[in-house]
Amino acid sequence: MKIAVLSGKGGTGKTTVSTNLAAAMGIAYVDFDVEEPNGHIFLKPRNLEETDVNIMTPVIDHEKCTLCNICVETCQFNALANTGKKILVFEDLCHGCGACSLACPEEAISEYPRKIGVLYEGTYDESGFYSGKMALNEPMAGPIITEIKRRIPKGTDHIVDCSPGTSCNVVKGVDGADYAIMVTEPSVFGLHDLKLAVELVEEMTIPMGIVINRSNEYDHLIEDYARESNLRILGKIPFSKQAARIYSEGRLLSEDPQIAGIFDSIKATVLEEVSHAVSHS
Amino acid sequence: MKIVLTAKGKEASSPIDERFGRAEYFILYDDVLQTYSVIDNPGQYENSGAGVKASQIVIESGAEAVITGSLGPKAFMVLKDAGIKGYQNFFGTLEDNVAAYKENKLKELLTPGEEVKSRGRL
Repeated sequence: MKIAVLSGKGGTGKTTVSTNLAAAMGIAYVDFDVEEPNGHIFLKPRNLEETDVNIMTPVIDHEKCTLCNICVETCQFNALANTGKKILVFEDLCHGCGACSLACPEEAISEYPRKIGVLYEGTYDESGFYSGKMALNEPMAGPIITEIKRRIPKGTDHIVDCSPGTSCNVVKGVDGADYAIMVTEPSVFGLHDLKLAVELVEEMTIPMGIVINRSNEYDHLIEDYARESNLRILGKIPFSKQAARIYSEGRLLSEDPQIAGIFDSIKATVLEEVSHAVSHS
Repeated sequence: MKIVLTAKGKEASSPIDERFGRAEYFILYDDVLQTYSVIDNPGQYENSGAGVKASQIVIESGAEAVITGSLGPKAFMVLKDAGIKGYQNFFGTLEDNVAAYKENKLKELLTPGEEVKSRGRL
């Protein structure tokens, strides 16, 4: 079972829902928000092992290079330039696809592994914990997410904490999920970005439901939309001082008996939805 | 002598585009023929590396210099290695800038401008 948690808008509570729900369900937690991972703050994983994530980056052998320009034309990311004197490589534009070295007729391009980030594997409570982090000044999250994905043993039940937005990185997170939880806040902005995220998940034909975080008197903004779109509201997390205090102390909301009940109920609803989704797929 | 100007239009009377990599057009001025010819800039829509791609187009045009607002670090490096000089434009039309270039009135771009990182998440 794989559950993806996404939101469209940033700062709506993906990590709050992901960490609390993973803990309530006793399943693995996976942080795909490698630009700003923060699940570890709440789950306090142990025995973390750090592994470098590298991408293969070209090196030009200027002796062999004939300046034929094929590599420059092959690169889809403008990482190579032909100045007429030599081929220049701009490593921060390279996506590590390897097309240049395959295309070079002179075999003048070799590749070396360049570190773009790290991934972490460990445990929290009795479950698995996976996350990653981009290296300073490196812009590519995709390969790190792919590498984390590869580390999760087949058949491991897990919750994926996606990055915000509707980018390729979010698609990578949602891909292969049995169910998607859309976290939103009751604001016009929250609703706007929720709609974008819903559109994405619909396109990927994955069943989904909505969690309203910071629930308040404007919930109707989301509830009206959910009704029109035939989407189930899985639960609501109150906009309370107590919840904010626990969060700001880096603790799980389930430490508060009142709020713990909310996650138990969200868990029950999600399990019901997931078993329904799995039996229909 | 040929020079490339970054432009917002296709005519000699068009204004200069101060962006290099994301210029709307490149205009190749040929001193012998006294012509302005248009080179499209497909690189303006790239997610990243627009400056590198633009530099490649300038190199392939056979120009000896480029007149634009500023050159980012990557474009600066590529053009420098190719022996192509960059000059900062005067405000005005392409013709005005060509005239200023011929009278040696344009300032050479001796240092790269600020790097514009790609937008959004890769």
